[in-house]
Amino acid sequence: MSNNKPRTLFDKVWDNHVVQRKEGFPDVLYIDTHFIHEVTSPQAFNGLRNRGIQLARVDQTWGTADHNVPTKDQHLPIKEALSRHQVETLTKNCDEFGVKLYGLGHPFQGIVHVIGPELGVTQPGKTIVCGDSHTSTHGAFGSIAFGIGTSQVEQVMSSQCTLQNKPKAMRIVVDGELQEGVGAKDIVLYVISKLSASGGTGYFVEFAGSAIRNLSMEGRMTVCNMSIEMGARGGIIAPDQTTFDYLEGREFAPKGEKWEESLAYWKSLPTDEGATFDAEFVYDAADIAPMVTYGTNPGMGVGVDSAVPTPESESDKKALEYMGLKEGEALIGKPIDYVFIGSCTNARIEDLRAVAEFVKGKKKADGVNVWIVPGSKQVEKQAIAEGLDKVYAEAGFELREPGCSACLGMNEDKVPEGMYCISTSNRNFEGRQGPGARTLLASPLTAAAAAVNGHIVDVREELTTA
Amino acid sequence: MKYTKSTCVPLNIENVDTDQIIPARFLKATTKEGFGDNLFRDWRYDKQDQPIADFVLNQDTYKGEILVAGKNFGCGSSREHAAWSIDDYGFKIVVSSFFADIFKGNALNNGLLPLVVSEEFLAELFADIEADPSTTLEVDLEAQTAWITGKEENKQSFEIDDYKKMCLINGYDDIDYLLSLKENIAKYEQDRVYAFNV
Ligand code: SF4
Repeated sequence: MSNNKPRTLFDKVWDNHVVQRKEGFPDVLYIDTHFIHEVTSPQAFNGLRNRGIQLARVDQTWGTADHNVPTKDQHLPIKEALSRHQVETLTKNCDEFGVKLYGLGHPFQGIVHVIGPELGVTQPGKTIVCGDSHTSTHGAFGSIAFGIGTSQVEQVMSSQCTLQNKPKAMRIVVDGELQEGVGAKDIVLYVISKLSASGGTGYFVEFAGSAIRNLSMEGRMTVCNMSIEMGARGGIIAPDQTTFDYLEGREFAPKGEKWEESLAYWKSLPTDEGATFDAEFVYDAADIAPMVTYGTNPGMGVGVDSAVPTPESESDKKALEYMGLKEGEALIGKPIDYVFIGSCTNARIEDLRAVAEFVKGKKKADGVNVWIVPGSKQVEKQAIAEGLDKVYAEAGFELREPGCSACLGMNEDKVPEGMYCISTSNRNFEGRQGPGARTLLASPLTAAAAAVNGHIVDVREELTTA
Repeated sequence: MKYTKSTCVPLNIENVDTDQIIPARFLKATTKEGFGDNLFRDWRYDKQDQPIADFVLNQDTYKGEILVAGKNFGCGSSREHAAWSIDDYGFKIVVSSFFADIFKGNALNNGLLPLVVSEEFLAELFADIEADPSTTLEVDLEAQTAWITGKEENKQSFEIDDYKKMCLINGYDDIDYLLSLKENIAKYEQDRVYAFNV
């Protein structure tokens, strides 16, 4: 490494973690934090068992149950046999190998990408992996965080390292002021709609610019969470005072002298002046409308006040057919059946507050089912402490228990075939929320406004007329 | 897998995502075997679990160890089950003009070769298979080339890193390799620039 060459945030963190670099071979990358959950860990534990080895760093490994858990009556045994089996297998494996587990019933249980940050395990400068693509969420803290496959889970368990080719660097700058009613989710849906669902492939993306800087940690997590939806390996945002303020005092955040030492290190991480990127895009925050998707990949999104665009390919046509939408059709006014406010994209306390603030004194439209699923036990507890549950109850919204829920059709929470669901999650793939379910991705505010009206509305207008 | 010659199964659809390859409801198994039965489940079977006749895997016309698919294959989630299900079904190679990153890595980690060809080559391959399902594709992993049998003059070369090539050819395992680096890893842990407390 040549010394005084300006470096990017990503380069600094990556290079600090390279155990071995060799021409024609992937980097051997050291992993600081490994999160595991019930879906992608069992085969890896089996692998360890077959080799007769233990985890290399059990102290750097954290487990939770999220994908398969019911979001109602969590104190009862899981009804669905296969789900129960996966969750029980996780418990057994964690017991046997001595991994910390925040399973059902634990006060820290929740979606893995919600609990890592809220417990202060997620920290700037770390490398963080999990057998789950939305691990990119943790990049909001200035860590390198990315999803890995199960064989890489086994790599990390057995050696605390994973073999990785260093991705190229992209910077996406969003400058300026957002309109009222437009938030982090709209920013990221907008960026993906510009770059397409594969536009970031091969890259790790640093998000920068004043509109990103002005986001809370929750908002930054929403942006990084969905960086994977443009095909990128992950997203990263430079740590700053907002990051430090969020982390200070959290359960596993460094304390005392170690905190000071950490701060000094974290402050050295942001991209140096003059560092170069392999690709760079600049957007104006003022151009971003509340976004909604109309198709079956997250790149198929438009401003809510736009019409369904003309399909450009057979795949686009197939997507519109699946969604039961026609080109030229207005999105505003489109009736919806389900509203899902949850997932690792938008189930943090701030999201729940924004929804409560909007619906206070309003009622959901008849015939619409509204599920609010907190991202973690801690979020749930906080929401109840703040009385948000009462606001929801008055509005006819159902506050459930934490889990991935209707983000993916894997647990009991599914959207029935043919039904329209406006969802704050991150994927609108065919069948993602249940076989035949039709997903429209949007922000928590846009989703809440749809719940109240029974159809899609431009939340900007709701705010000005209120 | 030094050299492969096989007929192909054509799946001329772009952006095939991992939810189509293996729907989430089939991810609950705790072993790697048996996923091939549910490969492309919702395209292959109707709601009564009856095979859908015009889906390509249900047609006797097309067989082989090579799956040929449209651009941006394997986008979506990081689930490795997608690679397992393709491998378990019996495919050794997937050909496309573009693969999603994570899928590509998962495929290679499971001894499945994601072979990237040009859009022209892919179009020609689809056309040839459609005209004659007995068309075979030949892949020389050592030389990193692929060609349609009888069209040797139009060889496609493809990229694969030295490491993965070594693994695929020798059936070598990532974890064996990492475990052999144990001392280097321990040394890294000692000498690193900054150590986290958890
Ligand atoms: S909430 Fe959805 S996207 Fe997030 S980890 Fe769970 S299933 Fe994956």
